[in-house]
Amino acid sequence: MAVSQTASSAKVKPAKTKWRMETNWGLHAMLLPGVLITIVFCYVPMVGIAIAFQNFKPWLGFFNSPWLGLGNFERFFTSSSSVNVLINTVEIAVLKILTGLAVPIAFALLLNEIRVPRLKKTVQTMVYLPHFLSWVILAGILKDVLAVDGGIVNRMVSFFGGDPIFFFGDGNWFRVAVIVSNVWKEFGFSTIVYLAALTAVDTALYEAAMIDGAGRWKQTVHVTLPSIMPIIVVMFTLSLGNVLNAGFDQIYNLYTPMVYDKGDIIDTFVYRTAIVQANMSYGAAVGLFKSVVALVLILVSYKLADKFANYRIF
Amino acid sequence: MYMHYDTKMYKVFTVFNIIFVTLIGMLCILPMIHILAVAFSGKAAATANLINLWPVNFTADAFVETLTNRNFSHALAISVGRTLLGLAFFLFFTILTAYPLSKSEQDFKGKNIYLWFFVFTMFFSGGLVPTYILMTRLKLINSIFALVLPGALNVWSAILLINFFKGIPKELEESATIDGAGRFMTLLKIFLPLSLPSLATLSLFTMVGHWNSWFDGMIYNTKMENYPLATLLQIIVVQQDFSKITADPHDLADISNRTVKAAQIFIGAVPILLVYPFLQKYFVSGIVVGAVKG
Repeated sequence: MAVSQTASSAKVKPAKTKWRMETNWGLHAMLLPGVLITIVFCYVPMVGIAIAFQNFKPWLGFFNSPWLGLGNFERFFTSSSSVNVLINTVEIAVLKILTGLAVPIAFALLLNEIRVPRLKKTVQTMVYLPHFLSWVILAGILKDVLAVDGGIVNRMVSFFGGDPIFFFGDGNWFRVAVIVSNVWKEFGFSTIVYLAALTAVDTALYEAAMIDGAGRWKQTVHVTLPSIMPIIVVMFTLSLGNVLNAGFDQIYNLYTPMVYDKGDIIDTFVYRTAIVQANMSYGAAVGLFKSVVALVLILVSYKLADKFANYRIF
Repeated sequence: MYMHYDTKMYKVFTVFNIIFVTLIGMLCILPMIHILAVAFSGKAAATANLINLWPVNFTADAFVETLTNRNFSHALAISVGRTLLGLAFFLFFTILTAYPLSKSEQDFKGKNIYLWFFVFTMFFSGGLVPTYILMTRLKLINSIFALVLPGALNVWSAILLINFFKGIPKELEESATIDGAGRFMTLLKIFLPLSLPSLATLSLFTMVGHWNSWFDGMIYNTKMENYPLATLLQIIVVQQDFSKITADPHDLADISNRTVKAAQIFIGAVPILLVYPFLQKYFVSGIVVGAVKG
């Protein structure tokens, strides 16, 4: 008995190791396509970013183009027009972050007070439909609706006695159109996040507040807001990574040369410089600057989210 | 309990709240209804700015003109093609990547290295310019593969799938192994059938992403006949840049016309509107899953 047991366990052991080896080769093989495609389309461009330190000429190629050191970066930070682009980017992005935080919280609080489930659901359906449509579609709609000659918005402005507003020709009004249309597209999405947090608030807290004589407004200030504060902190810190992200898709689809002064952002600038004007090294340098700042901001914001709200993504 | 519902103040508030929230909801979809009304109106009425939220001189001419236009239907076909091909590539790469990474480091030595190899690409990228140069060097300009290959492995979706695979009981896998199934068979016969709902959700979002995607179609194509619909709409309807048009001008829909423009935009949005109920359903459950995990 004892002998046969030893024999069988001795037999099983090598077989198990062999099974592991074999099957793990299977796992490595399965990863091969993903690894290859990631090397080609993600890591090769990361190496290619070296052209930011060159004066890259397509006909000379990567290895023969002359090296410039930090010349491209110097050019960007010393030119007044590109500093303007940087300021536009930060201003638009910060306005988007702030409105993207305040509007959904306020709307979620209001929606949470509605005790008619069907109405609540219908309104939710209406507000986050634009989130799934692309900026091409939404810009097509906006260009019709906001048109200076006969757009429905300007017809209303005229009806109330105002002068037609040139949304796509006046820098300040362009900013308004960008911020408001961004709220239109995205606030429904964030509202859902806050609504989910609101339904998770412990009802016992409200009962306790009521016994202490708090009305609905006081309950909101002293119970609801503190309860959803962690998720607000998380959403805010995570949005810090977007300070240089003013939204290429939206700006590119809406802007015209008339509003470059107030509406041109890093991403549109990089696109025009590198692809349209074929000034690839300069565009790559500006793009690299943005990527590095974004990487630092994201890491800092994750750290902050972990510290202040105990929220970990990884 | 809940005495505050009975106070007069709260009742007044509720009435105003219902009106306000309903108005905001309607405000969000009014621009789309207006565009639809324009698309179904007569040309003269559109030019005279008579349309509000209901068609004036109802006609479907703009839709007929759009759909019978060869450029438009060609771009529509390319969009359908890239969406389906993109979905196939996405499923192939993402499933094959997610399954090994759902094993523990103990069972699969080197898993963590692989994981960081993929996750790093979420935080840093070479950016637009090196990627564009790479595409030209790979001779992928004017090829549909330029539109489906770069995004074929979506790391974010892979992470969601990894977490789902991790939830599948280990016993199931062990029993399959005892029956002699290799890793690949286990994936095919055990993991995939069990994760069909998750895969359906990810597929839906991938398809929406491909349908909406326009920028890659614009920079990786030099010829108009290769544009997917989103790119065609971007260049012709939104930017109104006619320099890229290589086709016979007669084949172009009368894009200076407001009703035709509106019809084109609306048709571009129709597939999204059709899947919207499903998007909404999965989207909310996805957020709940994310919240539980976080």
